[in-house]
Amino acid sequence: MAETAVIEKKEAIKFGKKERKLLTDPLDDNNPITVQVLGICSALAVTTGMKNAMVMAVAVVFVCTFANVITSALRKAIPKQVRMIVQLVIIATLVTVVELTLKAYAFESYKQLSVFIGLIITNCIVMGRLEAFAMANRPYESALDGLGNGVGYGIILLMVAFIRELFGKGELFGYKLIGAAPEYMVNTLDSKWFGWYQGNNLMVLFPSAMFVIAVLIWVHRAWNPKLVDVS
Amino acid sequence: MGDLINIFIKSAFIENLALAYFLGMCSYLAVSKTVKTAFGLGLAVIFVLGITMPINWVINTWLLGENGVFQTDLTFLRFILFIAVIASMVQLVEMVVEKYSPSLYNSLGIFLPLITVNCAILGGSLFMVSKEYNFSEAVAFGLGGGFGWFLAIIAIAAIREKIKYSDVPAPMRGLGMAFLLTGMMGMAFMGLMGIDPAAF
Repeated sequence: MAETAVIEKKEAIKFGKKERKLLTDPLDDNNPITVQVLGICSALAVTTGMKNAMVMAVAVVFVCTFANVITSALRKAIPKQVRMIVQLVIIATLVTVVELTLKAYAFESYKQLSVFIGLIITNCIVMGRLEAFAMANRPYESALDGLGNGVGYGIILLMVAFIRELFGKGELFGYKLIGAAPEYMVNTLDSKWFGWYQGNNLMVLFPSAMFVIAVLIWVHRAWNPKLVDVS
Repeated sequence: MGDLINIFIKSAFIENLALAYFLGMCSYLAVSKTVKTAFGLGLAVIFVLGITMPINWVINTWLLGENGVFQTDLTFLRFILFIAVIASMVQLVEMVVEKYSPSLYNSLGIFLPLITVNCAILGGSLFMVSKEYNFSEAVAFGLGGGFGWFLAIIAIAAIREKIKYSDVPAPMRGLGMAFLLTGMMGMAFMGLMGIDPAAF
């Protein structure tokens, strides 16, 4: 990516070391879920299947990036006392856009996700980045920060969904991989590949998301010891 | 009256917002290191839920509904209006706490503004809409939900205060343990889900 730096008349827009750090920091050292502990609620709710998690991740990346850009562009015009309301109206507008787009073009996903799409508004990661970054930085850097955090969030979401869907239902993206043979295969030669795994119902329930994230935190911190909680 | 008590108990224990629906997890995990701060945040959540629920009920019924002031279906504005009410109430609480209890204000830090994005508050309002409660039921649901959330955060804060003295593997310390504990508390609360509230 570094070679594709856009060098135009304004030298403000460039992609150097600092910008790359903005983009990659939230993927590891400053991950929204495992380090900043923001945006847990939706991570628990939508991770029963890969498909929902994917739609959710894309929606959050979109909302996070554009909310950061808009807030950053308006940051000098927003009075400090009402900043939260302004930020929330920006987020709520973007979420309404996402909701209506899904309703028009992906009605199946919309029906499954409808409540949780609304809860992107209260996804602390969006609000947290607006407070911590976009209110103090220029739109370009804010866009990179929002993109990085959205992707960092999405990766964890997909990891959790992968584990939960595979071990809970024996499926990935709704396709049967392990577990009882699908109906159209019963009594055919292919059915011998199935049936040795019994789906773990606990993985479909909410508490399992907690356990999976706990294990991910454990792995992440064992691999990156400077994140270990000393208190 | 009996109905209202049922709804209160049901929303506080059986359908606990924190441990049965896992709403409001961000502040739940971040502010539960000591019982003292958890107590403050829990009270703030009860207060904000108890205030916003009736206001949002009025807005949803009289402004946005088809039988409301405008005689049209304006429910697509629900998110924006609900969140605006919640945000202004939180700002009010922030100002009151800052004036009367600066030490609590300092210990809550950034998490007071984050009550706004506490999913339990918006989630509560959205549940109220989907369950079609009337006004007094909405008040009972708000207070009960807030009380249940308060109990949950106090419980985990107490456990976390004690578990500090245990020999936990280093990468699991703090946050990792909090996640595991919440998962186990959630499993315990799932046992309450089958109870019939009419039995109380």
